[in-house]
Amino acid sequence: MLLAQVEQVQVPDLDFPAIAPILIVLGAACVSVLFEAFLPRSARWGAQFGLSVLALAGAGAALLSYLGDAPATGVTTLAGAVAVDKPALFLWATLLILGLGSVLLIADRRVEPGGAFAADAAVRPGTIQDREQATTVMQTEVFPLALFSLGGMMVFTASNDLLTMFIALEVLSLPLYLMCGLARRRRLISQEAAVKYFLLGAFASAFFLYGLALLYGYAGSIKLSAIAQAAGGSDRSDTLLFAGIGLLVVGLLFKAAVGPFHSWSPDVYQGAPTPVTAFMGACTKVAAFGGILRVFSVAFESTSWEWRGVLWGVAIVSMLIGAILGLTQTDIKRMVAYSSVAHAGFLLIGSIALTDEGRAATLFYLLTYGFTTLAVFAVISLVRDANGEATQISSWAGLGKRSPVVALIFTVLLLALAGIPFTSGFVGKFVVFSAALADGMAPLVVVALLASAVAAFFYLRIIVLMFMREPEENGPTVSLPGVPTTITIALGVAVTVLLGVFPSAVLDWSLVGAFIS
Amino acid sequence: MSSAILLPALLLLPLVGAVVVALLRNNDRLARLSALGFSLAELVLAVFAWIAFDAGGARLQLTTSVEWIPQFGVNFALGVDGIALVMIALIAFLVPVVIGASWEEKLPEGRTLGGFLSLILVMETFMVGVFAATDVFLFYVFFEAMLIPAYFLIGRFGGPRRTYAAMKFFLYSLLGGLIMLASVIGVYVTSADVLGKGTFEWAKLVEISKDLSPTAQFWLFLGFFVAFAIKAPLVPLHTWLPDSAAEAPVGVGVLLVGVLDKVGTFGFLRYGLSLFPEASKQLAPLVLVLAVIGILYGAFLAFGQSDMKRFVAFTSIAHFGFIALGIFAFSSQSISGSVLYMVNHGISTGMLFLVVGMVMARGGSRKFSDYGGMAKLTPVLGGLFLVAGLSSLALPGTNSFVSEFLVLVGSFPNEPVFTIIASVGMVLAALYVLRAYQQVMQGPVRGTALVGLAGGPGSATDPESETFKSKIADLSRRELIVLAPLVALVIGLGVYPKPVLDVITPSVTATMTEAGVTDPVVSQEGNK
Repeated sequence: MLLAQVEQVQVPDLDFPAIAPILIVLGAACVSVLFEAFLPRSARWGAQFGLSVLALAGAGAALLSYLGDAPATGVTTLAGAVAVDKPALFLWATLLILGLGSVLLIADRRVEPGGAFAADAAVRPGTIQDREQATTVMQTEVFPLALFSLGGMMVFTASNDLLTMFIALEVLSLPLYLMCGLARRRRLISQEAAVKYFLLGAFASAFFLYGLALLYGYAGSIKLSAIAQAAGGSDRSDTLLFAGIGLLVVGLLFKAAVGPFHSWSPDVYQGAPTPVTAFMGACTKVAAFGGILRVFSVAFESTSWEWRGVLWGVAIVSMLIGAILGLTQTDIKRMVAYSSVAHAGFLLIGSIALTDEGRAATLFYLLTYGFTTLAVFAVISLVRDANGEATQISSWAGLGKRSPVVALIFTVLLLALAGIPFTSGFVGKFVVFSAALADGMAPLVVVALLASAVAAFFYLRIIVLMFMREPEENGPTVSLPGVPTTITIALGVAVTVLLGVFPSAVLDWSLVGAFIS
Repeated sequence: MSSAILLPALLLLPLVGAVVVALLRNNDRLARLSALGFSLAELVLAVFAWIAFDAGGARLQLTTSVEWIPQFGVNFALGVDGIALVMIALIAFLVPVVIGASWEEKLPEGRTLGGFLSLILVMETFMVGVFAATDVFLFYVFFEAMLIPAYFLIGRFGGPRRTYAAMKFFLYSLLGGLIMLASVIGVYVTSADVLGKGTFEWAKLVEISKDLSPTAQFWLFLGFFVAFAIKAPLVPLHTWLPDSAAEAPVGVGVLLVGVLDKVGTFGFLRYGLSLFPEASKQLAPLVLVLAVIGILYGAFLAFGQSDMKRFVAFTSIAHFGFIALGIFAFSSQSISGSVLYMVNHGISTGMLFLVVGMVMARGGSRKFSDYGGMAKLTPVLGGLFLVAGLSSLALPGTNSFVSEFLVLVGSFPNEPVFTIIASVGMVLAALYVLRAYQQVMQGPVRGTALVGLAGGPGSATDPESETFKSKIADLSRRELIVLAPLVALVIGLGVYPKPVLDVITPSVTATMTEAGVTDPVVSQEGNK
């Protein structure tokens, strides 16, 4: 009788080829933790770096081999908890490449001698131990943390029910909170960033969870498709539905640093070690918007008339906050943070278009924005003075004279962020705005274009500083990047320019297939 | 077949030149020689394009088209009509002149001549692209891309307030461009509604222009209009031009007022009248009012300027008023006159800018009041200043006369009131040009820029003495060679404008057909 009971337990079907990329990344993260525990300190950096790169490359290879015979409509697996469809595969590929770029930045030990991370994060800033640790080798715990976070992001973009999504959200967030506090220099501001991010992130998670509960109460299921069905025609309480959507969306928008829910991002971008900021700026944005896209188009499409007006407002607020407050920033990392708030507004426009074009445009924009941001932070990590990174904008004066190549690269990246033709940023803006216009959001597009014009001012200000001002005495210099950082910058710039000139292959890919419901 | 290669070659050649010159930037001599070589080769190509162009032939010629972003129906499509052709010829003509004029340019410290000339060549590519694009998306791309070299040229190589001027220039143009982007996307989306599949192809968009509702036309046109009104500068949107022109190096200033601003008026014709005929007619009164205000306002401000470069900028604003008047008066004479004006303005204002630059290179000051009686020291420069000035005020016998006359005669039947007010501008032009000439060139030698040079500020030195003359020398052979072709065109096109008009007229007629306007009957009997 006992045996019979055991047999009744249904083991869910596992589509291993489909979820292999996730398994590889999360598996490598576990191995990486073991490395941390059992390898001698001297061997750790090499082993961790090698493992991370291998894991990402392996996951990429698994993804590529699956791509060939992936069903066009996508599959759901793990008892319907994970949906592997074309958009998810696109997002995974984007995340893996951006993740690889971030890992390369994290591993660089030449720009900041010994690495950008603290040797012992628990030491109180300002103490003798803290000064001692500045001379020792960096901690390598950041590698498993990054892998876990990346694995969480991949699950997040593919999760087919809200509970999986919540768990993925936590898996991606918790390592990030820790990584923010690991900066080798300026420990205090780094720890402040970590605490701030953690506290606000905990609130956002609570919002998400509360929304999830209400939606479960409404639909009786946590599956995205079941919620869509329930909303499609029933006499259940609308209050539960809309309160649930509202709370859930707040949690999502917080992660994506959209509009009025952005307040953590400038502090965190500024305080976190720059490689981690790059990771957050590129990968978290991709994951968060991937999740938003899926939730909107799978679960809430039928009620879009009710919530879309609110998100119009959110998008406008986000663009205006990003563009206007960006003008007043004096720290370059904060400036990029505000610029990312403005970009989040643009992305939100694409996400709420809810058409095939809108989804494809958002996916494309995420890809282009991710690469540009990654390279932007890689360059920022190179410009240094005696106290570490020189993030004061004014100290960048005359950089074009001291290091013309770096200044030129940074100019290309800034022009891409501003959306000037022949860069990927322009094509991204173009596809998003044309999808929005086709879906009847003309006023939103006009606001977006005006916000772009305002935002262009602060990008230009940096170009002016670099090329049209004389360098200061004792100004920062550009340190010679190590190989990993060089690869990341080259990758980011190459993608930025290539997708600006020949975008059609990637556009094609982003257009294929829809979310499975 | 072989003619299809001409436009891509015209685009590519300066770009290759820019790379070569940038590589040679450590050697001034080689850099400027190769820059000149490339720009002259470009001129030769432009001449070939002129020969290959059949004035009576198809609407767009020398066409090539390569698929670029098929998902959005974007093609890398090039082609020219008569109007675009003369503008490309003007560019190809002005760039070598500008390079010759910048031969010994005094650049801010730390900047190389090679870098400067390289950016000029990059700008040439984009300028040619703007006029040669027959795909609205491609046009927009060139329109925006043009800003970048211009921005660096002003911001890196300009006068003392160069960063301010460059920023203002960039932001104004970018704002206009982004508003236009909304319309560009809008055009695409509406074309998708009409045709089933969206397109950016200009010729197809012209065909469906009748199917657009007046409201849609109005809003779409407005987006283009703002961008072009900023570029061309129509009056309330003009304030960037005096600053940019004043701070830009002389050569860049020539290209700025001579070519870059024409993109605006060209855009009115190609993308305003042809794509949105109804909206153009609807908004014409507004444009006409702004044009006439521009003519008078530009003239008055030119009269009041103490800075020579700003003076040239304000004369341009007045001239752009005439061009806009001619376009929106909707008669074949007035529009042909406007297109010819676009060419002539490039030549005469370009020459005025260069001459003023040569005056400043000698005196080292931009202020009129620092000069006086300079013709005694530099008679040839004085003479050429006068030629440029007279061409600018449209004296009969110079090139500008023909175009200004055509604009006024052609506009009168449709818009008598505006034309009469505009003709006051001709009188004012004489006033400001002659005042400028008188101040700088005539009378006894005076002014700190001239007298101060010889024997310290304010000291009266004998202008006949050899030491004095050696400080303020007349034109060098290089400067003469630079100005000679301009003088030839000023007089040549003044006496015999037919070759240019022949190329322009069929395209103007076609534009009018697309816009659905016909010549007023009176003018055909009265003026032909």
